[in-house]
Amino acid sequence: MNTLNSEEQAVIAKPRLAVFKFASCDGCQLQLLSCEDELLSLADSLEIVHFLEATSRIESGPYDIALVEGSITTYADRKRIHEVRHQSKFLITIGACATAGGIQALKNWGDRNDFLRCVYAHPEYIETLATSTAIADHIPVDFELRGCPINRFQLLEVLRAVLAGRKPRTPSHSVCLDCKRRGSVCIAVSKDEACLGPITQSGCGAICPAFNRGCYGCFGPASQPNCDSLADWYLRGRISAPKLVPLLRNFNSNAADFRTCGDRVDPSSDQGVCE
Amino acid sequence: MSVVNRASLPNQLDPWKTSTVTVNRLRAHTSGVFSIDLSFEDPDVGKQFEFVPGQFNMLYVPGVGEAAISIAGTNVSGMLQHTIRTVGAVTTAIEKGGVGMSLGLRGPFGRGWPLEPVTNSTAKVSTSTKNDHPKNGDVIIVAGGIGLAPLRSMVEHIGSRRAEYGTVSIVVGARSPGDLLYQDEYEDWRSRKMKVICTVDRASLDWKGQIGVVTLLLERLEISHPSLTTFMTCGPEVMMRYAAKSAINRGIPEAQIYVTLERNMNCAIGLCGHCQLGPNFICKDGPVFRYNSVSALLRVQEL
Amino acid sequence: MPTFSTKSQPVKPVNQQPSMSTSYRIPKSDLQRLIELLRCDGYTVVGPKVEDDAIVYAEIGHIDELPKGFRNSQDPGKYRVEQTGHKNLFEFNVGPHSWKQFLFPPRAMVASGTREANRWTFETPPEQQPKFAFLGVRSCELAAIAIQDRIFLQGSYVDPIYKARRESALIIAINCTVAASTCFCTSMKTGPKCRIGYDLALTELEDGFVIQSETERGRSLLTTLKPDEAIDKDLEEARILEQRAVEQISKQLDTTNIRDLLLGNLEHPRWDEVSTRCLSCTNCTMVCPTCFCSSVSEVVDLTGDSVHRQREWDSCFNLDFSYTANGIVRNDRRSRYRQWLTHKLASWYDQFDSSGCVGCGRCITWCPVGIDLTEEVAAIRQPPSSNRMLPVIALPNATCVLTKETKE
Repeated sequence: MNTLNSEEQAVIAKPRLAVFKFASCDGCQLQLLSCEDELLSLADSLEIVHFLEATSRIESGPYDIALVEGSITTYADRKRIHEVRHQSKFLITIGACATAGGIQALKNWGDRNDFLRCVYAHPEYIETLATSTAIADHIPVDFELRGCPINRFQLLEVLRAVLAGRKPRTPSHSVCLDCKRRGSVCIAVSKDEACLGPITQSGCGAICPAFNRGCYGCFGPASQPNCDSLADWYLRGRISAPKLVPLLRNFNSNAADFRTCGDRVDPSSDQGVCE
Repeated sequence: MSVVNRASLPNQLDPWKTSTVTVNRLRAHTSGVFSIDLSFEDPDVGKQFEFVPGQFNMLYVPGVGEAAISIAGTNVSGMLQHTIRTVGAVTTAIEKGGVGMSLGLRGPFGRGWPLEPVTNSTAKVSTSTKNDHPKNGDVIIVAGGIGLAPLRSMVEHIGSRRAEYGTVSIVVGARSPGDLLYQDEYEDWRSRKMKVICTVDRASLDWKGQIGVVTLLLERLEISHPSLTTFMTCGPEVMMRYAAKSAINRGIPEAQIYVTLERNMNCAIGLCGHCQLGPNFICKDGPVFRYNSVSALLRVQEL
Repeated sequence: MPTFSTKSQPVKPVNQQPSMSTSYRIPKSDLQRLIELLRCDGYTVVGPKVEDDAIVYAEIGHIDELPKGFRNSQDPGKYRVEQTGHKNLFEFNVGPHSWKQFLFPPRAMVASGTREANRWTFETPPEQQPKFAFLGVRSCELAAIAIQDRIFLQGSYVDPIYKARRESALIIAINCTVAASTCFCTSMKTGPKCRIGYDLALTELEDGFVIQSETERGRSLLTTLKPDEAIDKDLEEARILEQRAVEQISKQLDTTNIRDLLLGNLEHPRWDEVSTRCLSCTNCTMVCPTCFCSSVSEVVDLTGDSVHRQREWDSCFNLDFSYTANGIVRNDRRSRYRQWLTHKLASWYDQFDSSGCVGCGRCITWCPVGIDLTEEVAAIRQPPSSNRMLPVIALPNATCVLTKETKE
């Protein structure tokens, strides 16, 4: 991982921050905007020079820190991301789209032309790639911040860490740990709810299980997740593959661990285990 | 500030009580390794601070975190010294903070090195020397890289009670001549009749010392009274295992071989669970261990 | 308002102070008086309550909040509660919560720092901690509290937060009259009968409670309740109900030589096998009433001039837990599961002179994929199949490791 060394920090009084958007809903950029109070203090240590969501002021690169939201779904974006990388010293991808391809990566399991015909009156005007993929599939990325959307406190932590030249503290443990810390009852055990908590990275504060909903896996796979074991257990119980597969193919469908497991348990897939 | 001649210290009432210290001097050794001298904000706390060579402190950079750093000794004015390798957020912040930086300190923690030489009466194995006139125990110290730091205060301890010890040999290994720590102190150690021999993995053109691993030097070292020898080593785990093996081959009793171990330390008081190795909490049962109490555990991968 | 027993048998009125060796009898409604007494005394009364389809531990203001009529069924990876309409308040077993969360809170502030003119000053927070009365503590849970006492109070360092909470806590135990399929306290010799470690202990009869005190605090509460001495019929009913719980326990853990068994089989192929099922999700360690791992992290304000040091429950199942400058020590699920099980059932003896397991069965019920530690131990007891035989690692013998410093 690159860090800004002290020499570089000394030369640049205020590091220049740029925010770039690719295929996404803007929700993660909004997390930066909703930092409000923190944003003011952040402005003391950073100069935001490119952030279309917040200001029309646009300055050209190079940038010290780039936040990249969204996935690569078009030919143009596939080219543009290389330009962003070229202009940016420390590049952070933010959100499930940028780190895993996002919800739009569901198209990876379908036929691009079928989708185009269904959605657009004139599909011939649309230029799109067959897949939606993570930024890291195209360029080297210095840090990936997960979540759909990202947790703004984690974003601030990452920015503080990058400014201080240290590794960001974003835990990679399961949602279960947070669930238990807040005293929630495990709904997978008490209600047979399909919950991805045991294989999902924390970051959300375990909100869904606290409201009796299974975890949707918004923060992607936890470190060294055992997706197959959980999936097999659910399938042996009261949860069917048609229910489980869409759960794995959600906001982080194209994250490797979820994708592999989803494909394995998908009855319609060649690799399915449920026939 | 003083080095004490007891094996253990009374425990603090509140283990989370943190003292304010200031970095008074920062000395860079080689790339990524530096030493700091610390003074206590409250001089009374400083005066009461006692440690055993081999113990460690938790150095705390507020907002960043704590790191367990072994005590490297004290300077001429009695300031606490630590030698630090820049590896994580805390050590990076200390290096960046430099002289004048205000830090927190908790400690000292853990068990240190044995403070008494082996004598005829305490020796485990009966030998021909038993019936001879009393002989002072010998010491062999083997350090690899930054592993010399926790042994430095032990060297000072022996130096200050030199007459109570027999032969003292210090074997120092490092990657390159520039990586040998505390080189300016070796002459002083030698003047106090302690043998200092160095070896490096990669020599420079002007290097006149040994080249190769420390075990090669150990094999050639004269050990006249193995049963009366205390063997202390600190360095990479692999190096310590080979050094201990070599010591055993030379007849030094396993119970007189001491190693230091490193694991993740969070609380330093045996309550957080991070630093366990089998039944041991490295923070309070170690970091110095008799080799025979941990050797079997060290052979198990990922324990 | 005093409530009097309405039963028809002749009763022996209590004229003197209740004695600690004697069993008494109170009507069920007296539990409400007890709750009120405790609340008046400044206690936060915590007890079992049905929330989110489970019996959890939460603040109790009134006897009506207790899980009257509820039963539970528990199996590996499965927990259900059911309203059966019976009249009992405590006819179930331990659920997802334990008393650990009150004595060793999931999040606690251990220290703070303030910066002025580039100088830090540090404080440990004042030990103002809540005062709890625990209502409905099971025998296995008394054993768990005793184990955590050894960790946090009786070692070389004392944890100030645990100490403050533990010393003020009042414990009202309840003898189990039923057992879940995951219970194995009889194997761990921790129950189901409460024998030590409580202020008051209850056995719930069809129409009242048999009550005993073990401490001065418990005795003084009994004095206020003015109970009748229990008669033989009450004691016989209690004995039968307690025996019913014993007979319902089906799960067993063979603890014969278990320390040496596990530490002598660190390369057993079963560790590989269980790692294919284990999620390393931390649930077993979180629900375990004795697991004590934690991490301290920094909570910084915007300016960076004020810092709080927050201790949170952590787990040996987390990858980062064993992180060192030289890499991660336990870098796969196999080594992490092995660490947990060997610590809990083996090296715990070296550290704290007992097993770390009390046989409550929570780790079995609340494992999302139903891993049962008693089955894992049984599998390790089986010699590895011949084609996968691995050398058994020899460890220093028990006495050697127990004394830490090897005897000369």
